[in-house]
Amino acid sequence: MNPEIISTTTEEYKELIESLKKDGFEMMVDLTVVDWFRKKEPRFEIVVQFLSTSKNSRKTVKVFVNDEDLTIPSITEIYPSANFYEREAYDMFGIVFEDHPDLTRILMPDDWEGHPLRKNYGSGRIPVQFKNAPKVD
Amino acid sequence: MKNNKIKKSKLSNFKNKLDFWATNSEEGGWNISSTDEGSQKMLENENEKQIKIQTGTEVVDDFVIDEDTSDDERMIVNMGPQHPSTHGVLRLQAELEGEVVRRVKPIIGYLHTGMEKTGEELNYFQGPTNTTRMDYLSPLFNELVFSLTTEKLIGIEVPKRAETIRILMTELNRVSSHLVALATGGMDIGALSMMIFGFRERELILNFFEKTTGLRMNHNYIRPGGVAADLPDGWQKDVEEILKIIPEKLKDYDDMLLDNPIWKGRLQNVGILTTEECFAYGVTGPSLRASGYSWDLRKSQPYSGIENYEFDVPILTEGDVFARWRVKVLEIFESLKIIEQAMNNMPKGPYKVQDKKITPPPRKRLDESMEALIHHFKIYTEGFKVPEGDAYVAVESPRGELGCYIVSDGSAKPYRMHVRGPSFCNLQALPVIMTDSPIADAVAAIASLDPVIGDVDR
Repeated sequence: MNPEIISTTTEEYKELIESLKKDGFEMMVDLTVVDWFRKKEPRFEIVVQFLSTSKNSRKTVKVFVNDEDLTIPSITEIYPSANFYEREAYDMFGIVFEDHPDLTRILMPDDWEGHPLRKNYGSGRIPVQFKNAPKVD
Repeated sequence: MKNNKIKKSKLSNFKNKLDFWATNSEEGGWNISSTDEGSQKMLENENEKQIKIQTGTEVVDDFVIDEDTSDDERMIVNMGPQHPSTHGVLRLQAELEGEVVRRVKPIIGYLHTGMEKTGEELNYFQGPTNTTRMDYLSPLFNELVFSLTTEKLIGIEVPKRAETIRILMTELNRVSSHLVALATGGMDIGALSMMIFGFRERELILNFFEKTTGLRMNHNYIRPGGVAADLPDGWQKDVEEILKIIPEKLKDYDDMLLDNPIWKGRLQNVGILTTEECFAYGVTGPSLRASGYSWDLRKSQPYSGIENYEFDVPILTEGDVFARWRVKVLEIFESLKIIEQAMNNMPKGPYKVQDKKITPPPRKRLDESMEALIHHFKIYTEGFKVPEGDAYVAVESPRGELGCYIVSDGSAKPYRMHVRGPSFCNLQALPVIMTDSPIADAVAAIASLDPVIGDVDR
């Protein structure tokens, strides 16, 4: 099944989601981010998948976030299932969801620095065995 | 001398700041001197919004205990991450008022291994080795969804035999996964014999998997373009044995549990999830079907030719823990029907797509043909290229909708690979189930959602 793709802007994003909910898309099934580092401007694209069980159809909403503040309104009020997904996006990409009730890291430890799924975050090795081991380049 | 000094100062700098930095990285690292104790902690006093998300919005619960207690009796307790009934390393923080749970916050991430990051570094040919380790109780579904997404991006169709083998193997996997869910669910509530029974019957299926794929778990059997190997000689005999034994054993479970007053008392009218709550929190799979809503991706958005099989979707309306347990039992019967049909109608022919760019040539061809050698070398060193684009494909895994979103930039590795794990989403409904119910029911509630932490944390 090919979902219908809707591109929007951060300003119209929340209104669009509200209209989708009214349209009978009961479930927000997935929210994720694609980092187009040095490939596209602006850099981060948010991809949200919606599912309507009554109409048996899917829709994909794509929205680019401003590079300066990386902020987008949260949709947890409309779809509570966005809670964990937005926290994951914050944790992994550093996207700030405005008005999210509890925007904390979800998978990484609280004092982790950086956002692991960004393209400029190396997947390198962390020398865990030796305390205070010198940095390996 | 000078050099030495610089070295020293560098080290001391290093000690105070971030101890460990990810190498070849522009940003990131972890200060190991501070622990993650208390990370994501539930606080004594939180704002209204935070409390709302921890108690679940608009809870309509069956079991509300309203007793007058003073604030002194409220306390926040910690459960897990090492706890036998949390099915892995799930940690819960609960605010208790006497015996009643008032708030609960699931804390996850203890099994996070960065598989989505790893997925960006493996090519499409190696991809299933990574995704199969996510949901370790239903590994074949993870491989299937990754392969289907890749095939959708390339635009190929796999041969009929490969499709049928995929259906046969995944449905066997659904049976084995549900058997574990029944076994561990029974164990959590105190039916210890159920645990022995469930794992005993699962062994039959795992033995068949071992014969076919070489491994009991993490098979890497379903790959883009087909399956890794054909079914072994005499596979019908093994499947027939499974089809014969499992229904008998399921009857034993029913004799033991279905009319058991203790089992019913512990499970009925406990942890009710309504259809609206399932929609709001994105709960899919058996939990949604137990709440009285007929939704199965195998019926509504079929994949891999499953529309050609006859089976029913069991629906129960109660929405409690008992219904969720019962739906899993009934689904095993339906899966067995599909397995029987797949076995009887197994088409002949190739089990991989006959495209030399995607399927590596058979081993013996390498000695004869130069081209085969080149294709073999190309596929195993570079992998195959996938056209630009993105795709989201979902299948019905034993826990719900398992989706895979791949963005391709035209190279041999995915630019972004994201897996929508059903357990991750279903876990959000835990506060809704647990709030305002006794702490003793918490264990039953977790078991009924059947989260697999490998799928939650990825």
